[in-house]
Amino acid sequence: MNTVAKADPAQSAGPAHPLAHRRPLGDRTFQVLALVAGLLVLVILILIAVSTAQQSTSWFTTAGASGIFSIDWDPANNHFGAMSFVFGTVITSVIAIVIAVPVSVAIALLLTEVVPRRWSQPIVYVIDLLAVVPSVVWGLWGILVLVPWLQNSIYAHIGNVLNGVPVLGNLFGPPISGAAFCTAGVILAIMITPIITSLSREVIATVPAIDKEGAYALGATRWEMIRGAVWPHSQGGVLGAVLIGLGRAMGETIAAALVIGSSATITSHLLAPGYSIPAVIANQFGEASGVFRSALIGMGLFLFAITIIVNLVARGIVERSARRMRGA
Amino acid sequence: MDQPENEVLPKLHVPSTALDVPAESFASPAVFNVDGVSIYYGSFRAVAHVSLTIHEHEITAFIGPSGCGKTTVLRTLNRMNDLIPGARMEGSIHYRGAGLYDTAVSPTAVRRRIGMVFQKANPFPKSIYDNVAYGPRINGIRGKGRLDEIVERSLRQAALWDEVKDRLGKSGLGLSGGQAQRLCIARTLAVEPDVVLMDEPCSALDPIATGRIEDLMQEIKAKYTIVIVTHNMQQATRVSDRTAFYSVLRDEKSDTRTGVLVEYDRTVNIFENPKDDRTQAYVTGRIG
Repeated sequence: MNTVAKADPAQSAGPAHPLAHRRPLGDRTFQVLALVAGLLVLVILILIAVSTAQQSTSWFTTAGASGIFSIDWDPANNHFGAMSFVFGTVITSVIAIVIAVPVSVAIALLLTEVVPRRWSQPIVYVIDLLAVVPSVVWGLWGILVLVPWLQNSIYAHIGNVLNGVPVLGNLFGPPISGAAFCTAGVILAIMITPIITSLSREVIATVPAIDKEGAYALGATRWEMIRGAVWPHSQGGVLGAVLIGLGRAMGETIAAALVIGSSATITSHLLAPGYSIPAVIANQFGEASGVFRSALIGMGLFLFAITIIVNLVARGIVERSARRMRGA
Repeated sequence: MDQPENEVLPKLHVPSTALDVPAESFASPAVFNVDGVSIYYGSFRAVAHVSLTIHEHEITAFIGPSGCGKTTVLRTLNRMNDLIPGARMEGSIHYRGAGLYDTAVSPTAVRRRIGMVFQKANPFPKSIYDNVAYGPRINGIRGKGRLDEIVERSLRQAALWDEVKDRLGKSGLGLSGGQAQRLCIARTLAVEPDVVLMDEPCSALDPIATGRIEDLMQEIKAKYTIVIVTHNMQQATRVSDRTAFYSVLRDEKSDTRTGVLVEYDRTVNIFENPKDDRTQAYVTGRIG
């Protein structure tokens, strides 16, 4: 791409402007390829939305709003209320976030601010490895190891202690099962910790050294420096990372399906079995037809919309905090 | 401490042997006694054998070409170099009679007494008020009235109050370069330090903003002891009482460069009657 040579009057033949030059073929090809790839993403997204919307219309028309937003899920009798699955999706995601966020942010701070560089890199590799473990492996580990262990060693004791206690008894008292909302939440937390850690770490690593020195120069301890210099810089980015983790937790299918207990109920008991949208789709889609099938696709569409909204909100928050940082 | 209280400037020729010269009777008490200090980054010796005494309520300027170690020496005075992995110091630095690097000394306590203003203004991404209140807050001051008072006093000392008093809640990042640097000075003064170290505080500022900061230094020196690193020799002559000239020693054999203190004296002597040829060459603009 020798623009200087092209612009050289000695080399520009003909009446063309001496500074005019044609962009080389490779340049234009790349531009077209990049544009196509970008548009493809958008087109696929729209096609998914359109086709799932089409295939779920029979659910919307036969069940109606009251049918969709009921808790009554009984395919044998053509009752397709989605609320227990929405409830399960929200509860398991919230549990996952509550567990994963403090752990992830703590690991990210540890890696960036505490551990020397030569130690932090191997730890980063290990954490990134967790992110590539297939979700079915997490699910199998969950059902073979985590479920029995939680049931016998943890839940049973918690249930005994809290049975009859107001509020806590309603949340953690019996009925108790190893496969439960809480177990799914724990598995989801483990699965989203790497991504939240990784994104938070990247954000925190961008805090300028000069800002940290500014805090240290005022006599700040490491913790005071983190609160004063690192946190205001990175809170927007960390919140964005959390919301991306939330999106993943809501959409996670196989692992949740294996450990959630597969019971379409709305209950305050977090140690009791429940159900979530992706889990019910995975478990029941094979034998579904007609309105049943349409209802499952409709719930998928619903989940799709929620995750898009969560991602948009995440993006908005990150951008707003970036603007504030620039001093608006 | 191996130097007597009323000891004054050793006239330093490299290698420095810290010669004692007859006391100037009007010298103010020593704040820092730097004695035979060498600073290493890993195995690299950045600065060798620096000895000097910094006096109370004076402005001491560190000048010299790039790589001469003036900033490195400055950063050892409040233990900021502790934060750099592999940095280590030999020799001794006494601060008001106490060993600055004694094992019992906490670096955070040192930095609460000995503040630092950096080359690039580095306000926190917080409001102007919270920037100034940060130091007092980490020192445990919580009361709103007390903090308001400190914020106003510090901003007035830094000659910034009138410009920002109506927008204390706005981000410190929205200020101009000169204002941001004065905010950083206000932030440093808010913890009522004993010493203010300044690392080329005006290098990114225009002459007007520089002038304001220099005026400000003159105003606050009655309360504080100031050490300033500067690339600007006019600035050193304008603001400082004493000047330390550092230079670079090249070892041809091992191809290493080491910063050394060439000469330390009253500023007027350094610029008008330097003892060392290298100082003479530098201040007259022949090298550097």
